[in-house]
Amino acid sequence: MRDASLSSGPGRVLVFVYGVFAVAATGRSLVQLGTEADRAPVAYTLSLVAAVIYLVATTCLLRGGVRAWRVAVVACTVELVGVLAVGTLSYVDTALFPDRTVWSHFGQGYAFLPLVLPFLGLAWLRATRPTAG
Amino acid sequence: MSVWLTGAVVVLTLVAAVVLVVALVRDEPAQDRTFALLAVTEVVLVVQLVVGCVLLAGTERDVDGVLFVSYLVGVTLALPVGVFWSLAERTRAGTAVLLVAVLTVVALQLRLEVIWSGRA
Repeated sequence: MRDASLSSGPGRVLVFVYGVFAVAATGRSLVQLGTEADRAPVAYTLSLVAAVIYLVATTCLLRGGVRAWRVAVVACTVELVGVLAVGTLSYVDTALFPDRTVWSHFGQGYAFLPLVLPFLGLAWLRATRPTAG
Repeated sequence: MSVWLTGAVVVLTLVAAVVLVVALVRDEPAQDRTFALLAVTEVVLVVQLVVGCVLLAGTERDVDGVLFVSYLVGVTLALPVGVFWSLAERTRAGTAVLLVAVLTVVALQLRLEVIWSGRA
């Protein structure tokens, strides 16, 4: 069943922002892993994880429906935990993160949007909670 | 990078951003002139892609070529995708999508300058 409500109204803006981040994070992590993987394997792998999360969230919002909604909740929650964990770690253990990634320093390199996005995502999912089930 | 091209893109996108914010506040759909402005910006971005590649080929600087070209290509995609995605819903949401697309272009221009300077 296709439910357009997840990607209309505020959801339309959210899909676009998530899409931009999906492309940005995927591109960045692939370039980093492809050219200098040895420099910071942990940071770059987490970059790739972030990229996958953004891709999943974008896809779920686009698809709509109950199952996509549930997966989107999981993706946004993982995203929130991820940005908080990596953000904190990047301040505590600088050796682990010698290079900037999407989530390090709470997304400072991306105007802190990576920190704000999961909250917006979860708020939107809360507003569009499926009524049945 | 060409200061003139980057400057032109930044000025055009900032003008578009102001126009879009006004439309958002007034709750009006984006006007045809706004789309024309975005089209002009896109033309400049395509010129920037070509000029950027030519400059990269001839430069002595320590520029990460793959990164630089991927940003040049990426920045040409933001507006067409944003316009396409916004047209399905000519409401505040559609206008907001256009604003995000325009701001994405500004952010990518800043990154392009950093990458070109070799500090990336």
